Amino acid sequence: MFLAPAAAILGIALLYPIGYMIYASFLDWNPSQRIGEADWVGMRNYLKLLHDEAFWESTWVTIRFASIVVTLEMILGVGLAMLLDRNLRGMSILRTIFILPMMIAPIVVGLMWRYMYHPQVGIFNRTLKSLGFDPIPFLSESNWAFASVIISDVWQWTPFIFILSLAALQSLPKSAIEASRIDGASGWQQVLHIKLPLMLPVLIVTVLLRLIDAFKVLEVILVMTNGGPGLSTEVLALHISRTASEFRELGEAAAMSNVLLFLLMLLTICMFGYTKLQEKRSLHLRQAAKEEV
Amino acid sequence: MPQLNPRQNNIAIYPLMFILVIMSAGPIVLMLMTSLRLNVDITSPTASFFFTPTIRNYETTLCGVLWYKPEHVDYCNPMFGRALVNSLIVAITSTVLTLVIGCMAAYSLVRFKFFGRDVVSMTTLMMRMVPPAVLLVPVFGIWTFQFGISGTTGGIILIYTAMNLPFVIWILQSFIVQVPIQLEEAARMDGAGPFRVFFLVVLPLIKPGLAAAAIFTFRIAWNEFLLANALSDRNSRTVPVTIVNSLSDLGIDWGVLMATGMLLAIPPILFTFFAARQIITGMTAGAVKG
Repeated sequence: MFLAPAAAILGIALLYPIGYMIYASFLDWNPSQRIGEADWVGMRNYLKLLHDEAFWESTWVTIRFASIVVTLEMILGVGLAMLLDRNLRGMSILRTIFILPMMIAPIVVGLMWRYMYHPQVGIFNRTLKSLGFDPIPFLSESNWAFASVIISDVWQWTPFIFILSLAALQSLPKSAIEASRIDGASGWQQVLHIKLPLMLPVLIVTVLLRLIDAFKVLEVILVMTNGGPGLSTEVLALHISRTASEFRELGEAAAMSNVLLFLLMLLTICMFGYTKLQEKRSLHLRQAAKEEV
Repeated sequence: MPQLNPRQNNIAIYPLMFILVIMSAGPIVLMLMTSLRLNVDITSPTASFFFTPTIRNYETTLCGVLWYKPEHVDYCNPMFGRALVNSLIVAITSTVLTLVIGCMAAYSLVRFKFFGRDVVSMTTLMMRMVPPAVLLVPVFGIWTFQFGISGTTGGIILIYTAMNLPFVIWILQSFIVQVPIQLEEAARMDGAGPFRVFFLVVLPLIKPGLAAAAIFTFRIAWNEFLLANALSDRNSRTVPVTIVNSLSDLGIDWGVLMATGMLLAIPPILFTFFAARQIITGMTAGAVKG
């Protein structure tokens, strides 16, 4: 009985739309039509996607973006966590300021970076100019635009990985680290052979979570470049929303949404399977330990 | 890295921390400073670090809801003020709704054991995975043609509530599980009905969980752009939508835009400073426990 409202809302506003979308992906549908008036076209939307260069381009951009961003963020985040994992004064302030970029609206993040990259009023080009260098076309040249988008995402999400890996580091068994120190392991050896392997389960989950989120990024890029110049920063989510709102091809957009959803589903299943495996293994270990006793 | 001499380490660490703080807070401070400048100052090629702050941009932004009429505003665009009111309504209503419904669901899931925890965390993950861009097409279609609620704040509230429910149920569940059942039984023995047990015994004990859930829900509802853009009309626009609409290739009014952005950023910033611990709890719980 208590469950009814939750079930109703989830059913009406989440599951129904997703089912609807799968149905819509087989239709030739534009926003002024009711769905009943749209023509059934079977697999045509999907077939069209196969030959759609813009779609492939944006899929490729998305994958490139997600992998570069997550790699950079992992290296920076975990590295910083290793460096700062000690009793420091001011740590809680640092952590508080660190989560700010994640809390404020993606729209605002995009706005801030668009301002900073601005060719005339932006702080970067202004500094470059006053030092006597040529201004950099941060958002108007494809490669630079891609790099700029990556930089802003790294700025926004490295703290997430930092906080997670710091939490993981601090929950590591102290005894293992003590023991290694007594055995004369150097700092690097400790990191490589003890800390990283012990953190691995958390790190893998973190990578998958970040990958899922990186596939969903839309607003920051929308505000900064709106996918341009050309298609250089048009990630899949952005491509979907533009197909729906600018080109008014709802059926095609639905088909693309399905492809994106499918990609993400794969990632999620990987993640779920991994946690299950981990649980089973730790259960196994515990039982083995019990039997020995 | 060897921690033989911690004091020596710290000398090198503190500048690093300082740089990190500058890097992550810098853009936000820059935005604040820009929002306090006149446009003449922003665009002049010799802009200096020092300037006389002015709240004119904020007055221009908020002129629709201010009680006095700022003299420098020739034409008052009431859009931002209205959007701010809409954003507040949408965010607060959907947060309250999500929490109430989520609380009920989580409680009954724990106590009456309909599904295992696995099912709940699986759905949470699945829902976390669904990008708003994917919901765009179907939600637009259904809201417009079947429910007839597109263009109303109610429609936006409904989708936000649905988007946030799984996460809220999931995080509240992990807090309710920790409430000892004996406490509830004791209360029942003393003659408290199920509602009193819930409100007087369980609810106070899961306050930290409620806080974390509330902040996350509010943040998403407050910051979301894409669905709000598709579902709102002139009168029900939220702040993110108005910001994107006022971006154009030529002649961006940076001062006013930054002031609007700052207004949008203030609630999350306040939350961060007052409830950093709950946020970190919510974040790490979401990832580490999977």
